[in-house]
Amino acid sequence: MKPKEIVVVSGKGGTGKTSLMASLAVLASEPVLADCDVDAADLHLLLNPQIQTRQEFWSGKKASIRQADCFSCGHCRRLCRFEAVHTEASSVQAPLKYLIDPIGCEGCGVCVHFCPVQAIDFKDSRAGEWFVSATRQGPMVHARLKAGAENSGKLVAVVREQARRLAAEHNRELILIDGPPGIGCAVIAAITGASVVVAVTEPTLSARHDLERLLALARHFSIPVLVWINKWDLDPQMTADVELHCRELGAELLGRVRYDPLFVAAQIQGKTLVEFDSGEVAEEIRSGWQRLLQWLV
Amino acid sequence: MKIAITTNGSNLEAPVGQRFGRAERFMVIDPATLEYQLVENPGDPAQGAGIQSAERVARLGVSALITGHCGPKAYRVLQAAGIEVYVGAQGSVAEVLEQHRQGRLQPAVGADVEGHWV
Amino acid sequence: MKIAVASGKGGTGKTTVAVSLALAGQQPLQLLDCDVEAPNCRIFLQPTINPPQPVSVPVPVVDQEKCSRCGQCSALCQYHAIAVLETATLVFPELCHSCGGCRRICPEAAISEQEREIGQIFTGRRELVDWVEGRLNIGEAITPPLIRAVKRKARPQGTVIIDCPPGTACSLVAAVSGCDVVVLVTEPTPFGLHDLHLTVEVLRQLQLPLGVVINRSDIGDQRVEHFCARERIPIWLRIAHDRRIAAASARGEGLLAVRPELADDFRRLLENLTKLGGKEANR
Repeated sequence: MKPKEIVVVSGKGGTGKTSLMASLAVLASEPVLADCDVDAADLHLLLNPQIQTRQEFWSGKKASIRQADCFSCGHCRRLCRFEAVHTEASSVQAPLKYLIDPIGCEGCGVCVHFCPVQAIDFKDSRAGEWFVSATRQGPMVHARLKAGAENSGKLVAVVREQARRLAAEHNRELILIDGPPGIGCAVIAAITGASVVVAVTEPTLSARHDLERLLALARHFSIPVLVWINKWDLDPQMTADVELHCRELGAELLGRVRYDPLFVAAQIQGKTLVEFDSGEVAEEIRSGWQRLLQWLV
Repeated sequence: MKIAITTNGSNLEAPVGQRFGRAERFMVIDPATLEYQLVENPGDPAQGAGIQSAERVARLGVSALITGHCGPKAYRVLQAAGIEVYVGAQGSVAEVLEQHRQGRLQPAVGADVEGHWV
Repeated sequence: MKIAVASGKGGTGKTTVAVSLALAGQQPLQLLDCDVEAPNCRIFLQPTINPPQPVSVPVPVVDQEKCSRCGQCSALCQYHAIAVLETATLVFPELCHSCGGCRRICPEAAISEQEREIGQIFTGRRELVDWVEGRLNIGEAITPPLIRAVKRKARPQGTVIIDCPPGTACSLVAAVSGCDVVVLVTEPTPFGLHDLHLTVEVLRQLQLPLGVVINRSDIGDQRVEHFCARERIPIWLRIAHDRRIAAASARGEGLLAVRPELADDFRRLLENLTKLGGKEANR
């Protein structure tokens, strides 16, 4: 049976997505875990994965100029549409040195092809790495994208694919995914084909604005969304407004979690909230989890 | 006319590959004689896997393609190449070939899954 | 002088800091919102807003009559955005990175370019701040071309403050490229420290001078302070946690409305950054 994939996203960063998802990881029985926030992954700080395998992620190519063969005609710089070719003056008499910024290079190959003396190399690019690890909650897949890399969507897809593979291997029915912020390629790759998206938001104008954009994206891909309002007691009025508008925005409610300094205290101890405490905020998280389980059935 | 079927295996008992864009190879079969050739489908691009696979199939000189799922970009290429696309095929290559011979497979009128990176 | 305001971790108060810095200016300056997936400066700045201009990228169009099906365009394209078949040459604009290679390589001059919209640019003003915002269309995957379009609105003279996207990938790099200094906004928590570390690594690879603003400076532990000391990263400002600020921010009110005394801190920071010109700050 195909495992259920729950993706926790937020639109706006800082709403508590990773903190809440980590607690869900503890409450779930035998999940497979995935951290798809590949360019600023934090989940491992709470789940303490022991890395078992490490794989390189290769994606795209990068151009680089062989200085010995270059005669500084500057054609590459004129052709490059990504502002990745720079010049360096070495001395008054010497011609300008042309250099390609490996971070700015988008690997289109145009300069490589059109260089009149074929002085540009075009090599496969190692864009990051991904890991399969063990945590006390279950197997976890996570990744690290290299600085400035593109195709974060592809690495996110690799993480999800590996999570599905692990679910099949370990006979697990649930995959819990910590998603990336925003609404761009990484988020699209994280949510397409998911069983449900949990959108963690907070009662602030910024978060509300970003939630609307996130819900529009989920509608665009026909993926159901459950909205979880974190730090709800910072503005009960705005919380009520968001709840009222959820149906209009095409989403159902998962519940509310209050603001609590315990989240930071737990984080400092490297623990999830539900492991750290069993008071009211833990209750609210458990209740959200129960509601999610009910919805999935 | 020959038919191409996606598979990650290497003979008629192998299961039909479910994801067209990421199929390891195509089996190009003459349904009359059951003679077949294996054509590899290497490459795992970040994007455009379906397109790359469809371009490859277009050059095989087949009249039809049978697979599990096919995304919109791949479908567009196959359609432009005049190739009939069958999706939802499950089971071994031999089983699916028989289903096709009996007219039990429906040609697709479009993609049956969203395209995405996976 | 281009000042980038960034933060590896989202939600640390980057936009609040960028807007406060902009409003602290005593001369006209620009604020560019390059967080194009989720642009929020307008919520805090509350500028007048002019009708938007669309931003588009060029994608190929193939003249099927002129096309000889030689396949060179498809062979060159690294993104599988062009497929050449016997009967037709197909373009997939959503995969195109607009490199222009196919148009150049076509021996029959059968490829031209047409514009595809990816987002919008809004402009406006509040007091001395000229505001420019990039807003990505929903469903678009690629951000750097829109970010570059926003940055092209930067005036060559004077101060430009750039609100950057979170993270460390291509969006951030497109936003900070060419800036003179980066203000990194962080918080003293394990997540804050971890993401700060990642972002500092990237900015050092880009050789950009940087310094830190610690927001909610009293909610966590000392590890961010220790990290900055070890790495010799200047801490330019500490803002203590204040529920009034959180509540005001939540309603879209600027920091300075609630804590006007911070205006002096921001003005001083802006003056120092402008004087600095990137020479003394940590690289």
